[in-house]
Amino acid sequence: MSNPAIITQGLGRDFDDNHAVIDVDLEVATGEIYGFLGPNGAGKSTMVRMLCTLLAPSSGMAMVADYDVVRNPGAVRLRIGAALQSAALDPMQSGREILLLQGRLYGLSRAATSERIETLATLIDLGEALDDRIKTYSGGMKRRLDLAASLIHTPKVLFLDEPTTGLDPVSRNRIWEEVRRLNDEGMTIFLTTQYLEEADVLSDRVGIISSGRIVAEDSPDTLKRRYGSDVIVAQTPGQEDDAVTALRNLPGVERVERHSDDVMVVTPNASKLLSPVALALQDAGITVANLAMRTPTLDDVFLELTGGRLRPGEDE
Amino acid sequence: MTASIVEPKAAGFFHDLLSVAGRALRSIPREPEVLAPALFIPVFFYFINVGALENVAKASGVSDYRAFQLPVAIIFAVTGLSRASALVLDIQDGYLDRLLMTPIKRATLLLGLMVADFVLVFAVEVPVIGLGYLLGVRFETGVLGIFVFLLMGAFWGLAFTGFPYAIALKTGNPAAVNASFILFFPFAFMTTSFLPEESLSGWLATVAKLNPVTYLLEGMRSVITGWDTSMLLPGIASIAGVMIVSFSLALLTLRGRLRRGA
Repeated sequence: MSNPAIITQGLGRDFDDNHAVIDVDLEVATGEIYGFLGPNGAGKSTMVRMLCTLLAPSSGMAMVADYDVVRNPGAVRLRIGAALQSAALDPMQSGREILLLQGRLYGLSRAATSERIETLATLIDLGEALDDRIKTYSGGMKRRLDLAASLIHTPKVLFLDEPTTGLDPVSRNRIWEEVRRLNDEGMTIFLTTQYLEEADVLSDRVGIISSGRIVAEDSPDTLKRRYGSDVIVAQTPGQEDDAVTALRNLPGVERVERHSDDVMVVTPNASKLLSPVALALQDAGITVANLAMRTPTLDDVFLELTGGRLRPGEDE
Repeated sequence: MTASIVEPKAAGFFHDLLSVAGRALRSIPREPEVLAPALFIPVFFYFINVGALENVAKASGVSDYRAFQLPVAIIFAVTGLSRASALVLDIQDGYLDRLLMTPIKRATLLLGLMVADFVLVFAVEVPVIGLGYLLGVRFETGVLGIFVFLLMGAFWGLAFTGFPYAIALKTGNPAAVNASFILFFPFAFMTTSFLPEESLSGWLATVAKLNPVTYLLEGMRSVITGWDTSMLLPGIASIAGVMIVSFSLALLTLRGRLRRGA
């Protein structure tokens, strides 16, 4: 059995009085997609920068691809690839020039670099734009080229720091497909994201970080079972507050919340409580436009663990 | 996708140096707006200074003011010409991070840019010296003298680049890098730019004696009129002195940035 791709023990990073990452213990298996989920400022990017050797830890240790990030950063760099939060590219160069330079810096021969560029060009589907200056690229094209630049040397571990933030749904899906394909080929992927759906769909396991600490870690389904609750959603136009009052003390109800036009009834077992909810609303003389139930999401898990909801789109 | 078998390895210092320099050199013709002022300013001042001061200088004992002014035009052309602004953009765009995640030798990130700067300042000098030739300036030391003259100018330009690079790495701020041009003024004007040392008086004469550009200009002027090691060697020493200071500053600042996390 191969060693874990990433191990951290007591990893921490301070910026003056700000404790950005605190005492993080982590183990990511080789070949795993590990989703790292957290709100803005939670410490996701700081964590990635330490694992990518860009930032020295203040405390603890981290091993990536069998090498210590502080004692042997050169060996780590040969084995990792990373696409950081914003596509890190030189707008005055063409896509091909960026990839050629990457290949040279990893000591690849001209033939090997050319072969890799041809392979990656298919992967990122830039067509003839590969020879255009990057300043003419769209956001999605830049992200795909950035991904290709991080793959030129076929890394063992790939870090993707919010790879789809700001992308349209089509571009996002293309990135997801590539992440899955790379993982199928055996690449370990450490993915930070603010998008719950992204973490849910892609990750084998998810770590949730809040205020610099990991507050939960497991597969998305296990987390949802462990921390999430079922929800019954009732739409009672104009009578939402009355509905909240009518349902609050119903047996089996954990809590009732109003979110805009929806009344959310949180319960361990929605299917069992659906009929009592309908009856209670009827008895209170409340007209129900719609009544539905849903299973817990990672958003519910996140709310339970951190007391807040993720608000994607703001920079960390 | 079928993964190719590739074996990444550290490419080595000179390989990295050439890679970084090559990228910087490719960018230069793509940004003519950076190059245009570097050519216009020295040519403009050369014409103005010669036109305005030639007769005054003759009265002060300068027989060939056009030759006297040619090193000044070269200094104006090359001082402060660097890729420091591009380095700031790399910092801001995150491209420096991408380079730092490769096994690149860290010092080549700076030294590679300086190699490109050296090529650039050498290229900028050529039209300026051509203009001097058109205006009648002749080198008593021949082609070798012209080459030494160009090298002195190019090494001076290179020596000065350490300052804007240090500012770029310290601040990551394009405005601060642009402001580094201010450093050019005391170096270029508190010296024998317009008149020989004997004609300077008071505090300016004292400051000129402390200014390395004074010895650089005298050394370069001496190459035009004939080989004179007593003038040439202090000129070369002044370049070396500034280079040691500015490069040390830039490399220390690079180390500091890498240590605190680019």
